[in-house]
Amino acid sequence: MARGKLYIVLFATGVCGVFSVIVSLAAVTLKDRQDANRKLDQQRNVLMVAGLIEEGERVTPERADELFELNIEAKLVELATGEVLPEEDALAYDQQRALSDPSTSRLAPPNRANVHRIPNKAVVYLIKPGGGDLEAVIFPIEGQGLWGTMYSFLAVAPDLETIKGVTFYEHAETPGLGGEIENRRWRSAWVGKKLFDEDGEVAFRVVKGAAREGDEFAVDGLAGATLTANSVTYMVQFWLGEHGFGPYLDNLAAETGGG
Amino acid sequence: MSAKTRKTLLEPIFTNNPISIQVLGICSALAVTTRLETAVVMSMAVISVMTLSNLSVSLIRNFIPPSIRIIIQLTIIASLVIVTDQILKAFLYEISQQLSVFVGLIITNCIVMGRAEAFAMQNRPLASIIDGFGNGLGYSVILIAVAFFRELLGVGTLFNIQVLPVVSEGGWYVPNGLMVLAPAAFFLIGLFIWAHRSLNPDLQEEE
Repeated sequence: MARGKLYIVLFATGVCGVFSVIVSLAAVTLKDRQDANRKLDQQRNVLMVAGLIEEGERVTPERADELFELNIEAKLVELATGEVLPEEDALAYDQQRALSDPSTSRLAPPNRANVHRIPNKAVVYLIKPGGGDLEAVIFPIEGQGLWGTMYSFLAVAPDLETIKGVTFYEHAETPGLGGEIENRRWRSAWVGKKLFDEDGEVAFRVVKGAAREGDEFAVDGLAGATLTANSVTYMVQFWLGEHGFGPYLDNLAAETGGG
Repeated sequence: MSAKTRKTLLEPIFTNNPISIQVLGICSALAVTTRLETAVVMSMAVISVMTLSNLSVSLIRNFIPPSIRIIIQLTIIASLVIVTDQILKAFLYEISQQLSVFVGLIITNCIVMGRAEAFAMQNRPLASIIDGFGNGLGYSVILIAVAFFRELLGVGTLFNIQVLPVVSEGGWYVPNGLMVLAPAAFFLIGLFIWAHRSLNPDLQEEE
C-alpha cells in the first residue's frame, strides 16, 4: 500500500505522543518513591561515613531518622562568610534545587573541579554521638568526574585536618575503573590522611600509582582511572578551599580553639 | 503448547542463543556479571523490555511506514527502557545504583532491536511475545551462568552469601582477582561458545 509523506509524519508524531505519555506517567507516578529512596540513601551514607552504622548496612527510614535525631546536628552554613544559620531547617534544604535557582546560588570562578555553580548555603553534619562531644564534621562535596557529577560525603575529625572517612554515593564513572571510587578498601586508605599543609592550603590528593610510604597527604591512585582520580583531588581541594567550606572551617577552628 | 510455539520459545535458549551463537549483547554481559544479584535484575529488565517491545512493534507492524521503521522501533525500545529504569529506581534503588548506566544501555543492546526487526515486524503479537521472552531468557541464561562463575571464583560468594571461605577472613580460598575484571567474562563466554559448538557439530562452519 502506498502511503503519502503526510501519513509518515502523522504516524511518527502519533507514536512519539503515545510513548511520551507513557514515559511521563512513569516518571511522575514514581517520583515520590524515588525521592524517598534517594533521601534514605544519602542518610545512610552520612551515617556510614560517620561510623554510626556498618558499611553496607541497611536501615529503615524510621531508624535512619532516629539515628540522625540522636547523633547528628545538621547545620545550614552561608558559604561565603562561613556563618551558621541557626534558624533554618538544614534537613529540609535541597541543595540541587538551590543550585538551579540564580537567587540561591552563584556562578563559580573557573576551577579545576569543573564546579559550575556554588550554592549560597550548604549543609554540614556535626556528629555528636548521644548529644556529646564533636566527633566529626561531614561535608557534602561534589564535582565533575569523567562521565558525570560525583557526589560524596567527606568526614573530618574535630582537629579539622584529619580525614575520618569518605563515601561516594552517586556517580556515573565506569564500573571497574573510575567506579572503584566506591571500593571500600580504597576509601579506607583515606582514613587518617591530612587535608592541609603548613600554609593552610589543601594538600590532600589522589596520586597516580602508589602513594609514597609515609606521605600523609596522598592516597593511592586508581588503576586505569587517572582522570577520575584527578577529579576527586580537585573536588576535595575546591570544596575545602576558599570558595567552598574554607570560611566555615576557619570559624569552626576559632570557635573550638583548634588549629 | 504447540510445536511451533515451543520452538519459538526454546530455540533462542539453546540452539540459537543470542549471546553464544549470534554473539550479540556482549557489552552488558561483561559489565553486569560480577555479581549474581545484578545479573538477575538485569536479566529481568531485558526480558521485560524485549517482551514488551516485540509486542508493541508487532501490534502496529502493518501500519509502520517501512522508511521509518527502525526509528519507530528505537522510539518504542527507548521508552520502555526509560520506564524500566524508573521502576528500578523506585523499587530496587541499590541495585539500580550498581547497574548504573547499563539499564539505559539496553537501548543499544542489539538483541532487542534485532528481534523487533527480524521477528516482530513479520509475526502476530502472541508469537512475538513468546519470541521476545525466549530471546530474553536465552540472554539471561548466559548472563547468570557467567555471573555464577565470576562471583563464586572472584569473591567466593553467591548472591552475597559466603560459599567459599576466603583467606582474608580466615578461610582457605584465595579469590581469583581476574574473575572480577571484564576480561574474565570474555574468557567464560568464549568457553561457553566452545562447549556449545562442540556439543552441536552442525553449528560448525565447514572449512
